[in-house]
Amino acid sequence: MQIFISFILAIISSMLIDNVVLSRFYGICPFLGVSRKVNSSLGMGVAVVFVIILATVICWPLYNFVLVPAGIQFMDTVAYILVIASLVQLVGLFIKKYSPSLYKSLGIYLPLITTNCAVLGVAQSNTDQGLSFLSSLANGIGTSIGFLLIIVAFSCIRVRLESANTPKALKGLPIALFTAAIMAIAFMGLQGLFSGIQL
Amino acid sequence: MSREKGYTKKNFLKGLFIENPLFVSILGTCPALATTKSVEAAIGMGILFTVVLICSNILVSLLRKIISEEIRTPAYIVIIATFVTIVKMATNAFLPELYSTLGVFISLIVVNCIVLGRAEAYASKNNVFDSLIDALGMGLGYTLALIAMAFFRELLGTGAFSFGKIFTFIPAFKLQIIPKGYEISMFQNPAGAFIVFAIILGVIAFIKNRKDELKLNKAKQERIRKEQEAKLAAAKETGGNQ
Repeated sequence: MQIFISFILAIISSMLIDNVVLSRFYGICPFLGVSRKVNSSLGMGVAVVFVIILATVICWPLYNFVLVPAGIQFMDTVAYILVIASLVQLVGLFIKKYSPSLYKSLGIYLPLITTNCAVLGVAQSNTDQGLSFLSSLANGIGTSIGFLLIIVAFSCIRVRLESANTPKALKGLPIALFTAAIMAIAFMGLQGLFSGIQL
Repeated sequence: MSREKGYTKKNFLKGLFIENPLFVSILGTCPALATTKSVEAAIGMGILFTVVLICSNILVSLLRKIISEEIRTPAYIVIIATFVTIVKMATNAFLPELYSTLGVFISLIVVNCIVLGRAEAYASKNNVFDSLIDALGMGLGYTLALIAMAFFRELLGTGAFSFGKIFTFIPAFKLQIIPKGYEISMFQNPAGAFIVFAIILGVIAFIKNRKDELKLNKAKQERIRKEQEAKLAAAKETGGNQ
């Protein structure tokens, strides 16, 4: 029970308090690039959730059961990026088969999940901090769901911004970045969420 | 291959301004927001990034005839990841303070779109020297952009510039510009990073719009002048005929 509670708390903390985009700055590129439409941002978010959770599940054993016994821990970045690149291919094939319309709308952004810092960042920081498998998994789930949450919320705001009367110089990206700043301030308010709870 | 004069210079300068990777192409935004709390960290990040970019561009350019079309991207990623690993280990050995400040963002140079983008778009099609110049220009442009972000964030967020904390080989000193108690610490937070980035992009868009408007006005005036001249000429001709 204790383990279960701390698992859930770890998920929530990496989802909301240490939000992947707004406080750890992973995955800003897709956050800004794919958030013009709600549908494509939803698809991107779901694909990222898949890839991050799978990557966490594969990379942790890879590091602890292959790289550490072999004494080549320094190869972690190379190994992870290969795992992630092939996972992305796999998810791409999967989406192409089962949802061609989604595949079309994601278009060029699907291969870009490979270069989404969130995926490599989670895998890397899990092993850099020496987390256990369960905490790594919690970190992966929390981070990816946090990403999904933020990119969908942000795209909902951006759809409105498109038709809003913004100054000409701020049209497009600058006003979106201001919006992100306000969201970041809102998320700062969650910082002390767990201060009263004993983990 | 015939090449226009001054190509090398143009190739170098394009990364600094016209095709600045951060402010114009909006690539590599993650480290730009995360590692710009202080000017020193930004310089460190910029240097590491430039080293990786130069190495990967040179190697990709050397191997451009060997790597086949289908396995291009994985091959580039492995090349980049290798250089990032080398740079990471070197940083850990020689500048441990920089290593601990940048943390996971050194590894994340692998997935920085600029490095892969330059390998795909430039180094895979051009010779070694041009690729080197391209990497130098892009790296310097990115470094300058990072320094610009960090300049405002550190100035407004802490009111001072402090050096010597990360690059321990220079003596530590602090340059207090805004008196204590008047700094806005929000600029050290994520929200401040977004705001600084937004304002810089806004100013660039403003300047661009202004330039376009001026150009448009000039073209308009030119057209009106030409029309008037044509009218005058026509009037003269008809006058002469009468």
